[in-house]
Parts: sequence; structure tokens; C-alpha cells
Amino acid sequence: MTENVISARGLTKRYRRTTVVDGIDFDVAKGEIFGLLGPNGAGKTTTILMMLGLTDITAGEVRVLGYDPVRQPLAVKRRAGYLPDSVGFYDYLTAAENLAYTARLMGFAPAERTRKIAEALSRVQLGDVAKKPVRTFSRGMRQRLGLAEIVMKGAEIAILDEPTSGLDPQATVDFLALIERLKHEGVTVLLSSHLLDQVQRVCDRVALFQTGRIVLQGTVAELAKEVLGAGFVVEVDAVAPSGADLEARFLAIPGVSAVQRAGDRYRLTAVRDVRPDAARAVVAADGALTQLSVDTPSLEAIYTRFFQRKARPEGVRDAA
Amino acid sequence: MRREGSVFQGLGAVVLKELSDQMSSIRIFVLEFLVAAIAFVALYRAIGRLADTTAEDPFVFLRLFTVDTPPVPSFAGLLGFLIPLVAIGLGFDSVSSEHNRRTLSRVLSQPIYRDALLMGKFLAGMATLGIMLLGLWLLVIGAGLLLLGVPPSGDEVMRSLVFLIIALFYCGVWLALAMLLSIVFRSAATSALVALGLWLFFVLIWPILSSALAMVIAPPDVRYVLLGLPTPATVEMQQVLARFSPNQLFAEAVLAILSPSTRSLGPIFLEQLQGAVVGTALPLRQSLLIAWPQIVGLIASTIVLFVAGYVVFQRQEVRA
Repeated sequence: MTENVISARGLTKRYRRTTVVDGIDFDVAKGEIFGLLGPNGAGKTTTILMMLGLTDITAGEVRVLGYDPVRQPLAVKRRAGYLPDSVGFYDYLTAAENLAYTARLMGFAPAERTRKIAEALSRVQLGDVAKKPVRTFSRGMRQRLGLAEIVMKGAEIAILDEPTSGLDPQATVDFLALIERLKHEGVTVLLSSHLLDQVQRVCDRVALFQTGRIVLQGTVAELAKEVLGAGFVVEVDAVAPSGADLEARFLAIPGVSAVQRAGDRYRLTAVRDVRPDAARAVVAADGALTQLSVDTPSLEAIYTRFFQRKARPEGVRDAA
Repeated sequence: MRREGSVFQGLGAVVLKELSDQMSSIRIFVLEFLVAAIAFVALYRAIGRLADTTAEDPFVFLRLFTVDTPPVPSFAGLLGFLIPLVAIGLGFDSVSSEHNRRTLSRVLSQPIYRDALLMGKFLAGMATLGIMLLGLWLLVIGAGLLLLGVPPSGDEVMRSLVFLIIALFYCGVWLALAMLLSIVFRSAATSALVALGLWLFFVLIWPILSSALAMVIAPPDVRYVLLGLPTPATVEMQQVLARFSPNQLFAEAVLAILSPSTRSLGPIFLEQLQGAVVGTALPLRQSLLIAWPQIVGLIASTIVLFVAGYVVFQRQEVRA
């Protein structure tokens, strides 16, 4: 078992009558990218704010790097970097000046400050605009500047709230690459998003939020198994000699739960990667194999299916 | 529940940042230009009038602050009128602008408490106002030296310095009020309008309203009316009501300190003056005693308004 850097137990946030976060439990291991996933208003941001001690916890508890954000918020905030949803900077200050303010708040010595700021800015490819006022920055540059702040702090945990919403595709790709680089340096990343394919691309594990609860949690493959009943979809393009029933042969492969046929294309839904077996089956039937590919099911498919199932009354509780 | 770490952590950084923002802003430049220009006019006219009587008056320097040459009010009177404007100009958007720029959650996710942010903004505002007042004070003393050709006595310097401190607390009241409004209202325009409304209310409307109210609460006695005299109860009530306005407190305190012959700030009976050498100066200590309730009132209002803002700010959600 790897060391948990964040662990929440029964974390609850209630405003007068409405419960925004309802008794959630989750653990984030050191060095992983953990995705908080769910529609807007599902309680992701509130969970993050509670972890940073920026909003009161109604019930339950959360530990960040072993510290209690309620009683030791400064210790938590010194070690965790936070990039809020649509982060703001002082427009009239330059990128370097904005970071300098943070560095002063962190209590870094002046010499250390200059070095750390220069390093952090070049890490996010903002080195050449360090002396430009932030009001001239695009949204992607602002988000990168926010990440530079986290890098400069030397944070052990980076908490990113909707970091890629509103970015153009290229900026998104660049940003996700930066996140992965953080991970390689041993930083634990907590990423909240409603953009499923991005979460799937970078996250090791995800927690699916719905109306204040975590309804699903695990790796994408685990979720797929749980929701779709299978983790893999293998596509086979093969022409079989007349008489040979490829569909039946595929169905006979252990682990395959369903086969769909469209012309010469077969879609095999399976709990494991059944490509070798599928190839063998085609060859055994004396067929011609033209293409073979495997697809992990998309988070989007899982998500859509999950909420469809939830809509049916009998499926409400068993999935959680 | 105790929080760990000092609430003053990061205070210095916040003060420095706010101070440098204010000093470089166009807003403060305009306000200070306005104040300096008006003060210069008042001073110029006062000197023109005093130049003839220099030799006769032992407190000619203090007269620079208090003499009024209609239609221009005295220098001290002008400050009583303008200080609120400058303080409101500095404070009306100090917290709401952080919300609107979306910098609040990012700044508060640094290892500081909210206390430091609010306190830092207030102290920086006070420092700016203090520097402005000190500048004006030096202007008056310098102009007096040059144009009147008499050096100020030690007592006069002390009294004018006390005046400076009273003016600073008067600034504090309005700055704390403006900051409270900037916390309560997210929109800077609303906060500015409410602050300016209160300013006009206390400067223009409350003096009239308080005497009208006093008439209702303590109606004049027929016996006094027949004699053509004001009823003591009515006068007292009117003064009590008027003193709810910080402007009134400031005006009274300034009167006691800058006019050394002031023996009372309220109505007194003739027999209470028995044995007094009317028109002679009181020692500074005695003048301070007379103005003390007003000074305490200003300090207390500053603290009460700041605490109110503090409480609201602590309970506010940081998310935009």
C-alpha cells in the first residue's frame, strides 16, 4: 500500500438546508493524478476548499499530508498549491511581480525568490513574458502562470480546479503535458474537471461526483468493468470463408461477454484484452484478418451509461 | 478550536503590496491632488488674513488651521470634509476587487490567514492616509514659516501633532467603513455609492436632522421659549444626536486642541465659568482632557467598524 497524502472520511458540507458535500470518503496516494469528476455543482470545488481550510467542514474530517486543514491551515497551504477555477491575477502587475507577491507570502528570502520565480516561469514557457503585465495574457497563459505559482511554491500537492476549461485544444494539450511532468517529479495532483476525455488522458484514478456524493471511484478500467460490465472493446476486421461462424467462435473465447457484427467488423466486449485469442480464432476458422484493435472504453461511455442506469429506480443504490 | 500559526504571517507582504499599489495608482494621485489644491487655497486665504495680526496672537500658527475666510472654510474644516472622501476612495473596493479579479481564493490559498489580508489592507490604507496627512501638515508648517515669518512654539507643534493623530483616527473610521462596505457588497459601484451616501448624510443631512430630532425627543420648554433662550435639555439632546456623526466628533476634538482657549465643547451655564479667566489658553493636557471623549469615540468607531468587517469577512465564502 502506498502512502496516502490526502484522505477524507465522511467529509460533509452543509449550508443551512442544502447539503453540498455529503459524507464522502476518498484517499489519494502519493504521486498519483487523482481526478474529481462530475457535473458542475456536484461538490468538487467545495471539497477542494475544505481540503485547504478555505471553508468550514460541517462533519467528517480530511487530512492533507497528515495535517488537519481546520486546525493547521497554514501547514497545509504551505505544502499544497491551488489553482482555482478561472484563476485571477493582478492585471496591472507583471507575471514575475505576481509570483513575487506569492513568494513573499510564502516567506521566501529575496535571493531565493528571484531564482524560484525565474525557474517556475521558464518551466511553464512563460520565461520570455515574465516582465509583461498579466492583462496582456491569454487565458492559457494565465492558467500556466497559475501552475508556475504552484511550481514556485515547491508544492507537494497540486490541486487544480477545472484547469483546462475554456482553453483551446493546443493549450489544453500543452497544459496536460505540464501536469504529467509535475507527476514525474513526484507531485501528487488532484484534478477536478467535467471534461471527461482529458481526465481519462491524465488521471490514474477518478472519483465520480454526483450531487455531493462520490458514486464511483477507481481506475478507468475498474469503472468500466463495474458500469459497462467489461473493460475492453476489441475490434476485429476479418473476412471469413463462407460457412465459418466467426461470431460464435469469438463468443466462445473466455472473457468475451458480447459480440456485435457490422459487415466484416466485429466488436468484442471483454473483461480483458482478448486480441491474441481473437486472432487465433480468425486463423483457426481460416479467415483473413485485416485489422485488430483494442479500445479501453471511454470515460464518457461509462459516465453516460452510469447516469442512464441511475435514472432507473432499481439501479440507484447498487452502483454506489 | 485553536488554529495553529500566527495570524500575522504574511502581514508585512500584504501591507507592502497594498501600499505600493496605492502609491502607484491614479486614484490616489487624483485624490491627493484634490486635497492639496483645496488645502492650499484655504491656507493661502488664511495667511492673507493672519499676516496683519501676527504680532498680537500667541497661537498664530494654530490659527493657520482654524481660521476661516468665508466662503472658504478653515483648513481643519476642509480636512473634516475631504478626509472621508479620500478614505472612501482608498477603501471602497479593497476586498470586492479581489473577489471580482478572482485573486482572493488564490491569495488565501497561500500560507496566510484571512486576518493578515484584511489587516494588511487596512494598515496600508492608514499608512497612505498618514503619509498624505503628514505631507499636508508639513505644507502648513512650511508655508507658515515662510509667509508669516514666525517660528511655531513647542506647544503649537505639539498641538498640531495631536491634531494630526486625531485626523488619522478620523481617517480610520471612514477607511474601516469603506472596507466594511467593500466586504458586504460584491459590486464596487454599490459600495462606493453607499459610502458616499453615508458621507453626504453625515456631512450635510445629519446636522439638520439631529436638531429636528432633538426638538421631537426633548421639546423646548415654554418658559425658556418665552425668554427667548434655548432649552438646555433640547440643546443637550441635539448635541448627543449630532455626536453620532464622526464628522461632529472630529470637529469638536479639533476645536478643543487647536483653539487653546476652548473650555467646554457643550453648553455651560454662566456660573460654571465663575473664576475662569475667559479667553486665556489652557495647557495642552487640559485641552486633551476636553477632547478626550471625542478622541476615544473616533478610535472606538474605527475598531467597531473594522471588527464588523472582520467578522463578515471571516464568514464569507471565498469562491467567486
